[in-house]
Amino acid sequence: MTERTDNFIEGIWRQNPVFVMTLGMCPTLAVTVSANNALAMGLATTFVLVFSCLLVSLMREIVPKEVRIATYILIIATFVTAVDYVIQAVSLAVYEALGAFIQLIVVNCIILGRAEAHASKSPPITAAVNALGMGLGFTLGLMALGCVREILGAGTLFGFSLFGAQFQPWVIMVLPPGGFFVLAGWLLLFNWLRQRGEQTASPAPQDTGGTHHGH
Amino acid sequence: MGTESLSHIFVSAVLANNFVLSLFLGLCPFLGVSNRLSTAASMGAATTFVMFIASLCAYGLNALLIAVNLEFLRLISYIVVIASAVQLVEMFTKKVSPALFRALGIYLPLITTNCAVLGVALFQTTREYSLAQSLAFSVGGGAGFSLALILMAGLRERLQLSDVPGVVQGTALTLMLAGLLSLAFMGFSGLGS
Repeated sequence: MTERTDNFIEGIWRQNPVFVMTLGMCPTLAVTVSANNALAMGLATTFVLVFSCLLVSLMREIVPKEVRIATYILIIATFVTAVDYVIQAVSLAVYEALGAFIQLIVVNCIILGRAEAHASKSPPITAAVNALGMGLGFTLGLMALGCVREILGAGTLFGFSLFGAQFQPWVIMVLPPGGFFVLAGWLLLFNWLRQRGEQTASPAPQDTGGTHHGH
Repeated sequence: MGTESLSHIFVSAVLANNFVLSLFLGLCPFLGVSNRLSTAASMGAATTFVMFIASLCAYGLNALLIAVNLEFLRLISYIVVIASAVQLVEMFTKKVSPALFRALGIYLPLITTNCAVLGVALFQTTREYSLAQSLAFSVGGGAGFSLALILMAGLRERLQLSDVPGVVQGTALTLMLAGLLSLAFMGFSGLGS
């Protein structure tokens, strides 16, 4: 695998912002009541992420170290304002469904984290590619939550009914607690897969840390 | 929406529409700083203070921006105000209580990127609250955030002593706890409307 594809894949899989780094949790849980909202939010964040990282990377020689965080936040806020107006113009329904969470993209730790940890040290193309990977990883994470919550909580996917009229929706899934439970479920699944992978890799039983407690 | 009583706004922000457990604002510190009860309490207090200052400044700024017809700068100016307020709190705690400053560590500057703080400023603008209502909302939001953080820290301190299966450990367990807390807070939902 070349360095560039690795740089791109990193955000989608190995360093997935939602499932591995658990960053940017607020929009992850708040807007994923339906697959549509999740997709819109993911794409909006990806857009801001890519362009902010590109600009941060282009300006990395000019910006003094002391004021870099403030500069990054201003750059991010500018792009978010643009996205906010674009979504409002394109689809008022989506705009109303996402509400204040579009503007809250500004304080999404993924973006500031990428700007500080990666874009401020890399050439523009590398930074943008990495940001695109991260953004797609974030979108995938949101979709994973949004689809499960919409199917269980409303019996639909992207607004299309899946189970017919007799389906009893599991309402709690589209309410706030459902967000926590579904994300916990996904994390459990990934933990379990990782542990199984470790166990098949080394047949001897591994001390997984659980036994450290309670002694 | 501009005629709600102050007590109603306050109670609704603390319980029925708790910032963390029903609006999903401020989850990063909620998951990150809820290991120990004492740290959680001081983090809650610091955030509440920043929220109050941010709400006050945001109210003034919003009036100013509307007067000069520059509403599209709202988001940018809010975030600058919040960043400065956090800087102020940071300098203040460093001077008054160096121990607390060290305990809060990286999370103090991270209040800037706490969506609960920006959330207060944005919600009070969209709901067109008056100055008194905005302040009640910010204090209520801060109290609700602290309450959730302290409850969570208490639970997690207990959990450290129990034998948890390896798969569930870490963020997954914290999220399940948060889900249960959120379920409990849904019981207050009648209070909000």
